[in-house]
Amino acid sequence: MMDIAQVVEDTAAKLLKISATKLPSEVKEALIQDEKDTEGSLGKSQLKAINENVNLAETFTKPMCQDTGLVSFFVKIGDKFPIKSEVKTALIKATKNATEKVPLRPNAVDMFEGNTKNNVGLRGYVPWFYFDLVEGDKCEIIAMPKGGGSSNVGKMKMVPPGKGIKGVKEFVVEAVAAAGPLACPPYTVGVGVGGGEDMCMNLAKKALLRPLYQYHEDENIASIEKELKDILNKLEIGAMGLGEGTSVFDVHMEFAARHPASLPVGVVISCWALRHAGATIDKEGNVEWHPQ
Amino acid sequence: MEYHLTTPIPPEELKKIKIGDVVYITGTVVTARDEAHLKALELHKAGKQPPVDFKGIGLFHCGPVMKKNEQGEWTVVAAGPTTSARMEIFQDEFIKTFQPGIIIGKGGMGARTTKACQEETCIYGYFTGGAALLAADRIKQVIDVFWYEELGMPESLWVYEVDEFGPLTVTIDSHGGNLTDESKKNIEANKEKILQEL
Repeated sequence: MMDIAQVVEDTAAKLLKISATKLPSEVKEALIQDEKDTEGSLGKSQLKAINENVNLAETFTKPMCQDTGLVSFFVKIGDKFPIKSEVKTALIKATKNATEKVPLRPNAVDMFEGNTKNNVGLRGYVPWFYFDLVEGDKCEIIAMPKGGGSSNVGKMKMVPPGKGIKGVKEFVVEAVAAAGPLACPPYTVGVGVGGGEDMCMNLAKKALLRPLYQYHEDENIASIEKELKDILNKLEIGAMGLGEGTSVFDVHMEFAARHPASLPVGVVISCWALRHAGATIDKEGNVEWHPQ
Repeated sequence: MEYHLTTPIPPEELKKIKIGDVVYITGTVVTARDEAHLKALELHKAGKQPPVDFKGIGLFHCGPVMKKNEQGEWTVVAAGPTTSARMEIFQDEFIKTFQPGIIIGKGGMGARTTKACQEETCIYGYFTGGAALLAADRIKQVIDVFWYEELGMPESLWVYEVDEFGPLTVTIDSHGGNLTDESKKNIEANKEKILQEL
């Protein structure tokens, strides 16, 4: 009989490798297009270096950036999928294995004991899991490593509800302007609105998983996404913050219901290396890799 | 202008360089992030010296991915720059104390570093953020590593021999110029305009 836990572990380890070494195709294309479209030599040279580097990573299956990120997994487990809590154990093992074999940079630092050297925290929580329970007999896993430089510019604000959607837009502009050249632009921006102070950040991160240029199915939200994308590019941050080239490839938003007294807004910014990779495993242990 | 420099870089060479110029470095480059800066400065305060002489060499804001080969020797897997702004709080003191020739990082640095670069004749070169394999390709040899057990892989002092390491866009020169500051002022002005029009 197939060892499903082993399949989950091997699949997750491979997803960590893919996400570190190969960009989703639409991100790769956006960077190539930006190099073509950028006229200034400062910006063009930055994009040229990025694209050369992306090609090297893919050709030699090496991490495209030395910051292979803090690891998180987005997991949907079907009711009839044979294992449940063992999925979590398998993902932790996969993280340790991938750290050694890809290799990934050991990025899990315990505040008191130092670097754990395997990307797994001593006190739980790292890697971080977003679990969802769904119908069916499959398990979907998406690996998303996120670098520290771009995480450092993430922001959350409890906007006064009276400011409404204008208050949301203002905060997004302020957050991206503050990121400026710090977090390896061109950026992709995830925005979470509503829920609570924790949920808005989770939604903002999740929003980054939506493919570039695919807007929200709700037209109200899609029109704000497009408006913000245009506005943010007027900041003229440019490639690596030198003022030339695209500042923001895309803005993706997710909305949750909010408390009447609160309007939480979370902004999560990805560097040019918007990295994630996914696969779906069925109950027999067959793996379907999502297109990268 | 494009410059090809060899470490230790003489101050008179550094003085020729202006913001927007592109430089390539051959010689010694040492990685140091937050922890390594702190530790080096603490040692100095205690009257001791860090294990590396930083004078005239490249100080690289980088936490690399390293791997031991079959012979047990360290090799570089990926080594792009980290965000330099975190080092702003002690970079000026570091420059004054150890006098490196060029700081290499990404994202730019602030007024304190700019002032120290002017006073001590140092420059700041911007390596494309995330371009870790391009950087690794120019590192020819891993000479040594210090503080590995204590600080871990990303925070150690890795001593590299590099060949034509670059291109590095100079965003702080030794004359008080700061290219990223100019870009940030522009972003700030644009932000104010956008907020008014919302």
